[in-house]
Amino acid sequence: MNDARFLPKQAKRKRAGAIFQAVCLVSIGFSIAVLAILIVDVSRDGLRWLSWDFLSRYPSRIPARAGIKSAILGSLWMMALTAGISFPLGVGAAIYLEEYAPRNWFTRLLQTNISNLAGVPSIVYGILGLAIFVRFFGFGRSVLAGAATLALLILPVVIIASQEALKAVPNSLREASYGVGATKWQTIRYQVLPVALPGILTGTILSLSRAIGETAPLIMIGALTFIAFAPTSPMDPFTVLPIQIFNWTAKPQADFHDLAAGAIIVLLVVLLVMNAAAIVLRNRYQKRF
Amino acid sequence: MASGDTVHQVGEGLDTALETRALSVFYGAAQAVKEISLTIPRNRVVAFIGPSGCGKSTFLRCFNRMNDLIPVARIEGDVMFQGANLYAPDVDAVEVRRRIGMVFQKPNPFPKSIYDNIAFGLKVNGFQGDMAEQVERSLRSAALWDEVKDRLQESALGLSGGQQQRLCIARALAVEPEILLMDEPASALDPIATGKIEDLIGDLKKDYTIVIVTHNMQQAARVSDYTAFLYLGELIEYGDTERLFTNPTEERTEQYITGRFG
Repeated sequence: MNDARFLPKQAKRKRAGAIFQAVCLVSIGFSIAVLAILIVDVSRDGLRWLSWDFLSRYPSRIPARAGIKSAILGSLWMMALTAGISFPLGVGAAIYLEEYAPRNWFTRLLQTNISNLAGVPSIVYGILGLAIFVRFFGFGRSVLAGAATLALLILPVVIIASQEALKAVPNSLREASYGVGATKWQTIRYQVLPVALPGILTGTILSLSRAIGETAPLIMIGALTFIAFAPTSPMDPFTVLPIQIFNWTAKPQADFHDLAAGAIIVLLVVLLVMNAAAIVLRNRYQKRF
Repeated sequence: MASGDTVHQVGEGLDTALETRALSVFYGAAQAVKEISLTIPRNRVVAFIGPSGCGKSTFLRCFNRMNDLIPVARIEGDVMFQGANLYAPDVDAVEVRRRIGMVFQKPNPFPKSIYDNIAFGLKVNGFQGDMAEQVERSLRSAALWDEVKDRLQESALGLSGGQQQRLCIARALAVEPEILLMDEPASALDPIATGKIEDLIGDLKKDYTIVIVTHNMQQAARVSDYTAFLYLGELIEYGDTERLFTNPTEERTEQYITGRFG
């Protein structure tokens, strides 16, 4: 125990460990506290507005008659279309990059650009969407234009998450498949994708929950704030929950601010449901074997 | 001494299953296999031995074009199989891999049921016969049937390491290859599981030509009819296993098998 060449400093090392643990605890505590404050504050203002009427009415100039039906339906349309566009494109791009693309400077350039695109401010996607989808493709200020814009916005994240899921599939599995005479497509379809799918789904749903909260790009492409009807086709004008919230918080009357709080609660619940769906989907596919 | 001009033949009078002609493999600028020319006799077990990094696994993976999957690998020379060069432009690597099966160093069953592990190779190759019967026959050939017959629909990942490796052998046999390549198939297994694999190799050579890479010289001596000693990418000596281990002609072979390096 008294070997002179060792200076164990047991107490000091253990104290360092304890300090680090405390720092981590403070970090998680801080995050939870902020979230709790948000929920408490929003609930105090908004909870009393929550009712079936609030969910089933269209917006109104009179706070007591205002509801978020068009915003909820708009958000649902938006999510369905965004998922429908971004999932196949994102997964397809990820499969190409991971399984097919040659490892050369061009692929690396693509990869770097995708990572950079993930960091581009969402308003820039709004400008892009306005130029391309609203005007060039002539979608107008429609759900489709909005969904295409949001799909573009989350595409880099969907691609990167899917790539990570594909990278996590051990190469020995691919070799085993090739080894019995499977083609590349059969290997990807029957061995690689099923193993990567839970990760791909998790990444996609988490990106979608980012899309559902996006406001700026949709304002940019011209989502309306006052919609007194439900969209019935992808070409209809639309509003979504965050825009309705933004609109209400910008009004002078205090009642509208409380309405906004009510809408925030609804948005949080939708988010929670989506994340729960991500977990359920992941567990279901992972449990298979 | 090995070089590109002479083909190293063993097993006089036996049919040839595979023949390499001046086969070289490069990883980028590094040459992992240096102009090896040898023949593999049919229905015999040939072992490749040599120290780690000598190129024996790389050499083995040329026989079913597994090196195609490594982007930086480049192959020169020929591998003749039934009169055709496996590396000819019109040869399909997918078809090669069905006819020349492979078992890998670490057991790598698919994360599916035991049954589906075997059935996969049959399905992707458009097998027209009785699937269940072929699965059973393959599992019997790999001496695994009795252990798994009541749990065919359970995950293959629930099997022990040795069982998993025999499942991988059964999976390779299911698509009826003519040659079975084994890349250190027992290196991740305990002695009892290793013994079972070795017994199995002895049984399988009736129907298959087996090429096995091993770093375990006792294993090579136990299971193989012929042994090739590779060192630094070169074929140093190739001959009858018993002769090579008791009376090697090359000094480096003797040094290696007596444990002076490796």
